[in-house]
Amino acid sequence: MSARSSARGFWICFTVVVLLLAVAPLFLPEFWRRFLTEILIWGLLAMSSDILIGYTGMISFGHSVFFGLGIYGAATALLAVSPPNLWLAILLGLLGAAGVAVFVAYFATRLRDIYFAISTLVFSQIFYVIIFTWTAVTGGENGLYFSQPPFAIPGLFSFRFSPQSLHWFVLAVVVISYLLVRRITQSPFGMVLQSIRENEPRTRAIGYHVERYKIVSVMLSGLFAGLAGALYAIQNKFAAPDFVFSLVSGEVVIYNVIGGVGTLVGPFVGAAFFLLLREGLSRFWSEYYLIPLGIIFIAAVIFMPQGIMGFMKRQLNQ
Amino acid sequence: MLPFDQILVQTVNGLVNGMVLALVASGLTLIFGIMDVVNFAHGDLVMLGGFVGAVTVASTGSFTVGLLVAALSIAIFGVLLQITTLRPLIGRDPLTTILATFGVSLVLQKYALWQFGPSAMGIPQPIPGQFNLFYLQYPWYRVGAAMMAGAIIGALYLFLKYGKYGLWIRATTQDRVMASAMGIPVPWVHTGVFAIGAAMAAASGVLFAPLAAVTQTMGSDFTLRAFIVVVVGGMGNLGGSILAAIFISLLEAYASLVVSPSQAVIVSFVALILTMLFRPTGLFVSTPTR
Repeated sequence: MSARSSARGFWICFTVVVLLLAVAPLFLPEFWRRFLTEILIWGLLAMSSDILIGYTGMISFGHSVFFGLGIYGAATALLAVSPPNLWLAILLGLLGAAGVAVFVAYFATRLRDIYFAISTLVFSQIFYVIIFTWTAVTGGENGLYFSQPPFAIPGLFSFRFSPQSLHWFVLAVVVISYLLVRRITQSPFGMVLQSIRENEPRTRAIGYHVERYKIVSVMLSGLFAGLAGALYAIQNKFAAPDFVFSLVSGEVVIYNVIGGVGTLVGPFVGAAFFLLLREGLSRFWSEYYLIPLGIIFIAAVIFMPQGIMGFMKRQLNQ
Repeated sequence: MLPFDQILVQTVNGLVNGMVLALVASGLTLIFGIMDVVNFAHGDLVMLGGFVGAVTVASTGSFTVGLLVAALSIAIFGVLLQITTLRPLIGRDPLTTILATFGVSLVLQKYALWQFGPSAMGIPQPIPGQFNLFYLQYPWYRVGAAMMAGAIIGALYLFLKYGKYGLWIRATTQDRVMASAMGIPVPWVHTGVFAIGAAMAAASGVLFAPLAAVTQTMGSDFTLRAFIVVVVGGMGNLGGSILAAIFISLLEAYASLVVSPSQAVIVSFVALILTMLFRPTGLFVSTPTR
C-alpha cells in the first residue's frame, strides 16, 4: 500500500466517521445523544494525554488537574459575566489550564519516567486540596452551578443550545482539535517528541533542547485537556472538585491504554469502550463495575499493550 | 507563639505515625529496589490487611492472631498477584508496571467495598491504659504500635543482612543477571520479595487500625504518602525510607498546628517536589551516585 493511497484511505475513514457522528443525534434517543457527546469530550481529554503518553513517552497521572481547571475556568467566566458568554468561558477555561500547565510543566519535566508520573499525581492532589478547601471561590465540596451559555456572536446572532446543536458544536471543536493535534504530531516538532520517547540521550546529543520540547508538549497537552474541561462545563452546567481528583486522571490513562497509545484515535475508542462498558456493567453491578473493568485493563496492559487500535492495525496488516 | 507542650505532643504524634508509615514504605522500597516495580496498589494492600485484621480480631478476640492472619493471607495474595500480573511484565518498560498495579488498586478498592461494606471498621486498642503527656491522656497503644513497627523493620533488616534468603535478595538487587548465573532462582526471589512487602503492608494496616478506622478508600492516601517517603528517602534505600517517614510525619504534624490536617498534606507534597528537583537520589543518601 503506497503512502498516498493510505492517506486517501485515512481521509475516507475520517469523513465517514465524522459524518456518522454528526448524523447520529438525529436518530438516537435523548440518553444516548448525551452519552455520545460525553464520549467525545472524554475522548478529547484522553487524546490530550496521548500527546504525552504516546508521543513524548511520559505518563501523566495528573490530567485531571488540567481538565478540572478548564471546568473551573469556564465556570468562573459563566458566573462572572451576564449574560453568559460561550467564547469567554472557553477562553478562561483554556487560560486556567494553561496557567497550571506552565507550573506543572516547569517542574515536572525535569523528572523522568516514574518520577514524572508521581510528580504529576502530586501536583493534581495539591490542586485538588486547594480547590476542595478554598470554599469561598470554588464552592468547596458542593461545587459551582451555572447556566448554559448560548451559541452567539455578539451583535450578530444568538442561539440557545439544543442537545443536537450542542452535540454538533462539541463535535466541531473535537474534530478541529483532532486535526490540529494530528498535524502537530506529524510535524518536525512531533518527530522530535517521538525521538525523545525512543531515545532521550541521543535526541539531546543531536542538539535538541529536550527540556524545552517536553515543556511545550506538556503545555499543549494541558491546553487540550483544558478545552475538554470547558466543553464539559458547558454541557453539564456544574463544576465539582471530583473532576480534579486523581481518579479522573487514572481513567484517562485507562482510556489511552485500552484504546491504544500513540494513535490519537485510540483514546476516543478507549473512552467509548470504557464508558459503554461502565454503562452496561453498572446496571447490574452498580459501583462494582470497576472490578471487571479493572481486570480488563490489567489484561490489556499485559496482553494487548498496543490497545484496541494497535490490535486492529495488526489484524488488518496480516 | 505556639505553646511548647503542643509542639512536644505533635513530635510524639509525628514519631508514632512515622514509624507506621516507615513500615509501609519499607515494603514499597524493597519491592522497588529489587523488581523496579512501582507498586501503585501498595496502599490497598495496607487497607486489605487492615480489614482482614479487623475481621479476625472481631471473631477471635486476639490482636496477635489478627496480625498474623492478616500478614499471612496478604502475603499469599501477594504471591498470586505477582505471579499473575507482574511476572509477565518482567523485562518490559517499568512504566507498564505502574499501569498494571494501578489497575490492581482499582479492583482491590472495589473488592473491599463489596466484601467488607462501605462502613469503616476499627480494632479495639489491644494495649489498654494511658499516660499523662502534658494536657493529654496519651494511649500506650500508640507507643506500642510504633515499637512493633520498629521491631518488624528491624527483623527485616536482620533477615536481609544475615539470612540465606536475605543474601539472595541483596544479590538480586545488586546484579540480576549475575545472581541468576550463581544459581539464585531470580523469578522466585521477586515473588518472595513481593510477598514480604505485601505482608509488611498488611501488618501496618493492622497496627494502624486501632489508631483510626479502616476504610476502603484509605489505600490511595497510603500509597501516595509511602511514595513520598520512598522518594524523599531515596528509592530502594531502606534506612533512608525510615528516616524520611519520620521526617515527613513530623513535618505534617507540625504543619497541622498551623493549618488544617487536609492542608498539612501539601507540606509533604512540597517536600517531595523539592527533593525530586534538588536531591533526586534522596535526602538521606550519604554519597549521591553520579
